[in-house]
Amino acid sequence: MSFEILTYGFMQRALIAGIAIAVMCSVIGLFLVLRRYSLFGDAVAHSSFGGIAAGLLIGLYPLWTAYAVSLISALVITRIKQSFDISGDASVAILLSSGIAAGLVMISLAGGFTVDILSFIFGSILLVSTNDVILILALTGAVLLVILLLYRELIYSTFNEEQAKVSGIPVEKINYLIVFLAGITVVTSIQLVGILLISALLVIPNVTAIMYGKGFKHTAFISMSFSVFAVVGGILLSYVFDITPAGTIVMLSIAIFATTIGIKSTGLLDKQSKLIKN
Amino acid sequence: MKAVEIENLTFRYSGVKVVDNLSFSVNQNDFLGIIGPNGAGKSTLFSCMLGLLTNYEGTIKFFGKDIRESKKYLHDIGYVPQKPVFEKNFPATVREVVRMGLGRKKNESKIDEVLQDVWIHELGHRRIGELSGGQQQRVFIAKALVNSPKILILDEPVTGIDVQSTELFYGILRELNKKNLTIIWSSHDMDAVNRLANKVACMNKTLFFHGDSDEFFTNDELVKQYSEASMQEHMHHH
Repeated sequence: MSFEILTYGFMQRALIAGIAIAVMCSVIGLFLVLRRYSLFGDAVAHSSFGGIAAGLLIGLYPLWTAYAVSLISALVITRIKQSFDISGDASVAILLSSGIAAGLVMISLAGGFTVDILSFIFGSILLVSTNDVILILALTGAVLLVILLLYRELIYSTFNEEQAKVSGIPVEKINYLIVFLAGITVVTSIQLVGILLISALLVIPNVTAIMYGKGFKHTAFISMSFSVFAVVGGILLSYVFDITPAGTIVMLSIAIFATTIGIKSTGLLDKQSKLIKN
Repeated sequence: MKAVEIENLTFRYSGVKVVDNLSFSVNQNDFLGIIGPNGAGKSTLFSCMLGLLTNYEGTIKFFGKDIRESKKYLHDIGYVPQKPVFEKNFPATVREVVRMGLGRKKNESKIDEVLQDVWIHELGHRRIGELSGGQQQRVFIAKALVNSPKILILDEPVTGIDVQSTELFYGILRELNKKNLTIIWSSHDMDAVNRLANKVACMNKTLFFHGDSDEFFTNDELVKQYSEASMQEHMHHH
């Protein structure tokens, strides 16, 4: 592989945006995985499909409508879940199917599938503009800043809600905040891997890192490293072999996960982490 | 000033009274053992005291202040739950778990101190899920203590923990109480309550007895009445 490809503007933009998204997804994903909310990202991504379709139908920039629809539906479903005691997996299923259903109706109203909508479904990281990159960097910075500022509240309420409440942490507000941050992260990441593969980016690096990490920060750092490696490797390989970046990124993540399981099953890795058995 | 005053506390779950007109108080530096059979309302009482349940009737005061008025009293309380529920693979070290109890302060030497108090200093960098049940329970005491509370509340803290760890745990509680920490502790273990607590509250939805531990345990008639009442309750449950 020649380094020449790094001189191309589109490749530089793709790599910068990809690394930012990788970092953001792995951090927010760690909270989701530990809250047993792994498929939430998938659900938000699917609801954003409705938002994208709405944008295309009414002539607005689809990503904006995707942000609006995803965030509103994520917060509404969290509200319903808390008020009516619906389980997490059921609420994810409702969010997921209603997004797709609304999207399909609007797409058929707008006259069927177009190239635009396919690029949202499968990702289009090599096509991001400088403005997109700036937006992605700003949102990543904002999400990371909020997490840093409320680190204790986030980790404590993820660890044990009841004890966090007794310590005076406003757990319900924190739950909404997590959902809100996850919504922003997911819609932002659509450009990298598309609607269908978002949860891979949120979940796989974290599930892998949990098998290595000692503490929370250590695990988050390992997860970020895996995630950035998979994204950078995936983008470069996809260019060299002329294959889809989204699929390659996720396949690389899965390869790291599979290697970890392989190492673990030979007993080389710390035996006391019991994730695989779970 | 009293550490805790509970006046006419009643709590209903869908219309059924699970705590019925309970009144008692706790002095500062008391070691209060709350005993009662399963379903006696001990955990519900604690949930009310900790602000987790708010739709109760009656009044709960900590250091003279009604807890409905401000949540600030929670800073003075350390709470150790019955069985700490957390994701088994949660990637947090013992130190990270204890630090959660610390609030916004950065006080690493306080973390060292409480880990030493509960005899797990050498485990500080281990992952919480790797520890035994008894060791985990001590981590949760450390977490409850790290914010220097005035009152420690423990809800049947040794459920499912082996005898040796339980004795160690009781030893730690005794030391803490000697250092002027007020302790409110619910337990099934009458013998342990007899050995540790200076005050006893005996409840089965209503308050059956409240007073000095000696008074309760030297009065055979009281102990017998209580045991029979619990036994009936026990039979009823099965």
